[in-house]
Amino acid sequence: MSESMVQVRSVTKVYERGKQKIEVLHGLTLDIPRGDFVALMGPSGSGKTTLLNLIGGLDKPTSGEIVVGGSRIDQLSSGQLAHWRAHNVGFVFQFYNLMPVLSAEANVELPLLLTRLSAAQRRRNVAVALQVVGLADRAKHKPRELSGGQEQRVAIARALVSDPHLLVCDEPTGDLDRKTAEEILGLLQVLNREHGKTIVIVTHDPKAAEFARRTLHLEKGQLLEQAA
Amino acid sequence: MTRSGFVIANLFRKRTRTILTLLSVIMAFLLFGLLQSVNTIFNAGADFVGATRLMVQARVSFTSPLPLSMVPKLEAIPGVARVAYQQWFGGVWQQNTPLIMFSLDPQRYRDVYPEWVMSDAQWQAFASTRTGMIVGKQLAGQLGWKIGQKIPIASNIWPQKNGSKAWTFDLVGIFDGKDEEWKKRTNLAFIQQDYFDEANQFGVKGRTNFFILKLTDAGQARAVSRTVDAMFENSPDETKTQTEKDFNISFVKQIGDIGLIVRWILFAVFFTLLLVVGNTMAQSVRERIPELAVLKTLGFPDGSVLGFVLAEAFALCLCGGLLGLALASIGGAMIEKGTGGQFQLRLDVSVWLIGIAAIVLMSIAVGLLPALRARRLRIVDALAGR
Repeated sequence: MSESMVQVRSVTKVYERGKQKIEVLHGLTLDIPRGDFVALMGPSGSGKTTLLNLIGGLDKPTSGEIVVGGSRIDQLSSGQLAHWRAHNVGFVFQFYNLMPVLSAEANVELPLLLTRLSAAQRRRNVAVALQVVGLADRAKHKPRELSGGQEQRVAIARALVSDPHLLVCDEPTGDLDRKTAEEILGLLQVLNREHGKTIVIVTHDPKAAEFARRTLHLEKGQLLEQAA
Repeated sequence: MTRSGFVIANLFRKRTRTILTLLSVIMAFLLFGLLQSVNTIFNAGADFVGATRLMVQARVSFTSPLPLSMVPKLEAIPGVARVAYQQWFGGVWQQNTPLIMFSLDPQRYRDVYPEWVMSDAQWQAFASTRTGMIVGKQLAGQLGWKIGQKIPIASNIWPQKNGSKAWTFDLVGIFDGKDEEWKKRTNLAFIQQDYFDEANQFGVKGRTNFFILKLTDAGQARAVSRTVDAMFENSPDETKTQTEKDFNISFVKQIGDIGLIVRWILFAVFFTLLLVVGNTMAQSVRERIPELAVLKTLGFPDGSVLGFVLAEAFALCLCGGLLGLALASIGGAMIEKGTGGQFQLRLDVSVWLIGIAAIVLMSIAVGLLPALRARRLRIVDALAGR
């Protein structure tokens, strides 16, 4: 686990809201080794989601460097970043963000439309991803026909299907009951331990953070401590 | 799943809204198809006619008949080779099939209109049978008429001397057109002027609606028409002389500038349609900002997201447009059948081509703004609901 998957160097992020400038991250530096499972915790407004968005290539830092999987993603153009995200990172959101008009399997297949895989290959990969999250029997169901936990599993399958090395999860259990949340976190743990995925999650829940290998605390845009 | 499957699935996210929008597109293109066909019909009369014929009518209106005694004077004008004439009869077959029917002098008409093709024997039979009638091939086919039949025709304008509106004619000939353009117009019927003159109650003997002058040279049309009008100036029968093409156009324009009317109606229809479909597309994009942001998160580039929205607009307009044009085709054929071929509302290739161009333009007009909005979306803001 010594090789770095994520290197964040002196990153600052400033948002402009009208005439107001808000500095959310102040020169933050962070290393996440390959195969790690990191929980980012902190109060609201501490910059957790901003940091996660930067690591996932959804946003760019105002200054500083971000290297993920050997790529300087802070230097990529919007189009290059889109291409990079498609092949290197999977996303899981608090509210699942599935396409309501598509079945579970079609939702999982969506990222594969960006690849050159044949329809048959895509179907095979989707079946494997749904199997990994334990939802093979729900492939044809639309999101509204699934429970919250099942929807989140579909979202995880969608994040996994293109086989990225890095998963970023923003409050993945924030909308779930305790039992279901533990199942989802257990699933993420399996993906980390057995499939070698590097996982970064943002959570408010200390119990959720216990599933990670380590927890990082942010406050006012700075990293406070590193707890094993 | 494919990208097009994804577009179609999104299109039917709100089924009722999509179906209602689709219906409005269908209605608009149905109207477009039918009105364009009407426009084509009203303009078609002008393009194919010969340049060597002049039409002479009363200056006030063609409904005021001119005396046949003008024929020798007209024929004496240099440049005029032959003079024919025709009088509107306005017959009705059975209960409700109106016919385009004129009374005329067979020999003169044949000389002036060589475009009508019929055997010499039938022309002679027409000339020698006072109650004779000849009809176009198309009309005979539609009404199932055969040579030798007695054809009872009612005339709402011209009763017979005994007060009866029923006339009976002997079908002695069936003519065709010399080429495709003229074949399309074989929905006419002609009867003998002499018989009509003798038998009608009003006794408008020796008068006719139009004279048709066949010229020796098309280049003399302007000079001859001036001479004709000058000749009858300040007489009880002042004339208005024009080329056959201008005559056909002005005949149609008595109803109104059909082209302009059609254009205005279509402008109103399509403007309303733009608002309806544009609103649907804008609302549809507004509702799924987070979903579009997720697409970008998954790695779909800005151009793909723009393409998805434009493709939805195109699919909606294409389905509605083609269905509307197809219905206009079917409706036009039904109207044509219902009117016994008198009103030929066929969607020709040009209407389809203009329709398809309208579909493409409308897709861009209604889809571009929402598509650009989707393209410009910042993932972080959209996911945060900002």
